[in-house]
Amino acid sequence: MADKIPLVDYLELEPSPHLVANECTSCGARYFDRRNACAACFGDSFRTVPIETEGTLRSFTIVAYAAPGIDVPFVAGVVDCGGTSVRGNVINVDPDPDHVSLGMPVRLATYSMGTDDNGTEAIAFGFEPA
Amino acid sequence: MSASDDIWILGIHMTKFGKHPDLDTVDLGAKAIRGALDDAGVDMGRMGILAAGNLMGRGGIGQQLQKQVGQTGIPVYNVSNACATGATALRTAIMAVKAGECDMGLAVGVEKLAGAGLLGGGGQAKDKAKVFEPSGRHGAVAPTDGRIGTDTMPGVFAQVGMEYGHKYGGADFELFARISEKNHSHSTLNPLAAYNKAMSVEQIMNDVMIAYPNTRPMCSANCDGAAAAVVTNGETLKTLSTEQQRRAVKVSASVLTTDPWQEACQVLPDVNTLTRNAANQAYEQAGVGPDDLDLVELHDCFATAELVHYDNLMLCEEGGAVDFFESGAPWRDGDKPVNVSGGLQSKGHPISATGIANIWEVCQHLRDEGGDRQIEGANVGLAHVIGLGSACGIHILEKAAA
Repeated sequence: MADKIPLVDYLELEPSPHLVANECTSCGARYFDRRNACAACFGDSFRTVPIETEGTLRSFTIVAYAAPGIDVPFVAGVVDCGGTSVRGNVINVDPDPDHVSLGMPVRLATYSMGTDDNGTEAIAFGFEPA
Repeated sequence: MSASDDIWILGIHMTKFGKHPDLDTVDLGAKAIRGALDDAGVDMGRMGILAAGNLMGRGGIGQQLQKQVGQTGIPVYNVSNACATGATALRTAIMAVKAGECDMGLAVGVEKLAGAGLLGGGGQAKDKAKVFEPSGRHGAVAPTDGRIGTDTMPGVFAQVGMEYGHKYGGADFELFARISEKNHSHSTLNPLAAYNKAMSVEQIMNDVMIAYPNTRPMCSANCDGAAAAVVTNGETLKTLSTEQQRRAVKVSASVLTTDPWQEACQVLPDVNTLTRNAANQAYEQAGVGPDDLDLVELHDCFATAELVHYDNLMLCEEGGAVDFFESGAPWRDGDKPVNVSGGLQSKGHPISATGIANIWEVCQHLRDEGGDRQIEGANVGLAHVIGLGSACGIHILEKAAA
C-alpha cells in the first residue's frame, strides 16, 4: 500500500511533484481528466506529458463564501504554465488583493491533506508566489 | 424570405420576480402561460407545441403545466440548458413553427429559487470512514471544489472578468462595482424586478464579499419567477387582427451555440467564444449590426460577466469594454442602453425564466409599452443569455413595421 497518494491522478509526486496532462497525439490538445476522444480533433490517442511547474497567474478570485466544509477565504485561479492553462489555488500567500495580483509569477507547491484510516497521506497541490 | 419564414412573438408575459411563497412552480409557470396567451389574444387550443424549462423541480414541467392550462395532446419538449434554458425553450418553439409543424407555439421557463443561496459549489462531504480512494475522471481522492480552484458561480465568473482585466487592463474592483451601480439604478424603474433599490458604488463595494471582486449586490439575485411567449409565423399573423399585428414583435434572429474547444476551456469555462459566435450568427441572420441596436439585455449573472459581454456582443471594439463602460454608453440615457430592466443583479435570475424574461423586456420597449423606463423610439433590441457548460442563446427582435 502506498503511504502517499495524490489528491488527483494528474499530480505526480515522484521524482519531484509535477502535473501531467493527457495530450492528444494528433493535435496536441491537453486534458487533465480522462477523455474518450479529443474534444478538439476527435482523435482517440493520448500520451502523458509533464506540465511546467512555474507559470504566471492569468486570473484569480478570492472566494469568501463557499460550500460547507471549505475553509475561506482562499484564492482560486488560473495559471499559465508554459502555454498550458492550469486550475489551482494560490497558496502560501495572504488571501487579499494586496498580496495577489494578475500576472504574478507562481510555482507549484504541495501540502498534506492528512491521512486516512489506513495511514495513507493525501497530497494536494497549489501554486505559491515564485 | 417568404412571409411564412418570418417568426413573430405574438404574446409574451413575465411574472413579478421575487419571493412567491404562496405559489408553487406550476402556479408560476401557469401564470406566465396564461398571461402570454392573453397577451397574444389566442387560447391554448391554438398552440401546436409546448417547450418548457425548469431546472430545480422534479422534471416533466411541461406536462405538469398542461394539467393546469390545457391538455390538448400537443407535443411537449422539456428542455434543460442551464441558464440558457428559457432561450432554448423559445428557440425550440420557434424551430417547430419555422419547420412548418405548427403555426403557433408556446415556450415557458419557470423557477423557484428564492433563498437558494450559493450555486455551483459541490462542497466537501464529511465521510465517516475515511479512505482515500481515487474516483471520477480526475482520479480524485477527495472533493476538489475549494482545493483546486472553485466551482461556485460567483468565483467562476469573477475569474472570467479578472481574466479580461489581465488581457486588456483597466478592469478593477471599482469598475465592476460601477457596472453593478448602473444596473441597480436601472432597476428602480422596473416594478417587476426583485429588487428596486439604487445603490452607491461605496455601498456595493462595502457589502458582503462573496468572491472578489464580486460582492453580494454584484451577484445575480436568486428569486422566483416565470416567463412565457407565444410565437407564430408571418402568414398566420396576417390572418389575425390589426391590433395583434401591430403589437407583434419580429424575431429577426434566433441563435443557440455551445462552446467550441479552446485551450483553457477545461480549466475556466470560456463564455466568450460561444457568445461571439452567437452574436456573429445573429447579426448576419437579422441583417443588422451592433450599431443598429437600441437596447441590449445581456446576461449579467455577475458584474464581472457584464463587462466581457460588451466585447463579446461587439458593442465595442475588441478589448474596448472598459472604455465602452467609461463612455456612459450602457446607461439607459447612453448610446447603447444595456440591462435597462435592472439585469440579473437586481431584476433577479430565476434561472429557466431568464431567457424569456429578457425578451419580454425588449418587447416592452419595441411595443412602446415600457412605461417609465421606455427607451424612446426603440426599433431593434438584442437579448442574450449564457448557461455554463456551456450554451448561449441570442435573439434579435424588431418592432412591427405597421
